Amino acid sequence: MMMGKYDYIEMKVPAKAQYVGVARLAISGIASRLGFTYDDIEDLKIAASEAVTNAVQHAYESNEAGEVVIGCALYNDRLEIMVSDHGISFDFEEAKKRTGPYDEEIEAQFLREGGLGLYLIETLMDEVRIHQEEGVTVFMTKYLQRERGEEDAKQTAFS
Amino acid sequence: MDLHVQQKEVRDVYQFKVVGEVDAFTAPKLKEQLHSIAHLKGVRAEIDVSEVEYMDSTGLGVFVGFYKTLQEQDGHVKVTGLNRRLYRLFEITGLDAIIDVEEAKDDE
Repeated sequence: MMMGKYDYIEMKVPAKAQYVGVARLAISGIASRLGFTYDDIEDLKIAASEAVTNAVQHAYESNEAGEVVIGCALYNDRLEIMVSDHGISFDFEEAKKRTGPYDEEIEAQFLREGGLGLYLIETLMDEVRIHQEEGVTVFMTKYLQRERGEEDAKQTAFS
Repeated sequence: MDLHVQQKEVRDVYQFKVVGEVDAFTAPKLKEQLHSIAHLKGVRAEIDVSEVEYMDSTGLGVFVGFYKTLQEQDGHVKVTGLNRRLYRLFEITGLDAIIDVEEAKDDE
């Protein structure tokens, strides 16, 4: 297994609510490609949408016609997603290093106005880290539940 | 990525049927539709979500807001037809203990 190697997909969408669903659809396709279960794909769709929604709202509040960058690193055993609201493409590895545990200030930002965004991301993903500087970058990971072999065996059993 | 909300009144109960995806883009539409009855006193509302294909915190936020508004007016809201996924969403956020929710009868 080449654990260090991964395929990388990045997309940049306008920071507008109508593109949250577009990003969600792409994440769904990527998660499906990796062999995630139906439930895990649904979890990933919600977590990614929450992060993109937050970025869109942040841009809206600061009156910026910004862009949201969504980077996905596809590994054999996991999917890493990074969502950034300052619209600049990042060096995935470098940006990842800058993320860390989040504090109450960031949490309050996410949780404002009845929003449960960060709470859902935290619950639905295996690992969540955040970096805040000019904008907010959310880094999140979800691991594949089964070994590929098991998945194949299960599919055979049902086919 | 579309959302439709049907509305009808049956024996003093305002019934809403939500069809499609509820996210940051469509949630305002749902909110607007629900709040068309928010000024009424002591109203009873039922929201059927059995044909909701996707929902996240933006949808939960709309339900919470609607619940609060109806509470203030001595009204009641019930969310019905929740599939396993949607029920889980209410459960992990603790909203199932606050809002009257009912699981779909013949789920899966």
